[in-house]
Amino acid sequence: MKPTYPLRLTCQQAAALMLAREDRALPLTDRTALHLHLVICKACPRFERQLLTMRHAMKQWRGYVDGAD
Amino acid sequence: MHPTDSDTFEQQIALHRDYLLRFARLQLRNDTWAEDAVSETLLAALARPQAFERRSQLKTWLVGILKHKVVDALRQQNREVRLSSNDDDASADDLMDQAMFKPDGHFAEQPANWGNPEQELGSRQFFAVLEACASKLPASQGRLFLMREWLELSSEEICKDLGLTPTNLYVQLHRARQRLRECLDLNWFARPKAL
Repeated sequence: MKPTYPLRLTCQQAAALMLAREDRALPLTDRTALHLHLVICKACPRFERQLLTMRHAMKQWRGYVDGAD
Repeated sequence: MHPTDSDTFEQQIALHRDYLLRFARLQLRNDTWAEDAVSETLLAALARPQAFERRSQLKTWLVGILKHKVVDALRQQNREVRLSSNDDDASADDLMDQAMFKPDGHFAEQPANWGNPEQELGSRQFFAVLEACASKLPASQGRLFLMREWLELSSEEICKDLGLTPTNLYVQLHRARQRLRECLDLNWFARPKAL
């Protein structure tokens, strides 16, 4: 069920925006809605940290592929 | 001038062939394209040994050349790369979303705590798991994901190179990231859970 207010997101919608954010800039409305959701939600900040970990891991992997033995 | 003679240089380069091939295969998902890209890399290296400077490692230099050859191959094969990106199993991705979320849009289960996002993951075992997870992505998703993450191409460049629409690219990358997250969650970050 989708919330009726444009700035209210479900976790599923917030997760989709966080995944999209890895590859493209989000419109202001989405950024605002996501920010508000992350403030009030317990689960989504964890998901956000997982994606940050992945971003960091990919960076380390690039260095590993390029150089180290 | 490079201090070593050409025979030694050739042998040194040949030592890295298997390594280069592994990454060309992971990125291109096609053995023929991968072998061609690696052969071209080695030939280009042999043709210009003076371009190799001691300050960079030989392997780093070769990987740099390989990345260019891989991008060339993806551009040349763009038709096939583009077509195959439409035929992957979208229903499996929907099922993944259904397993992760309740019908009301809440997480079915709290996402696991993976620890500090800045943690050093740089162990051989972790990279082996990451590589295995990336290789398990459907071919089209894997290619696009590694174009972003390994070749560090922008979304605009990828769309232009392959003739993809941004929407199509974002859908594929979205699914690739979801799958990779799940794979890492299961195979690396999973903690024993109380039953």
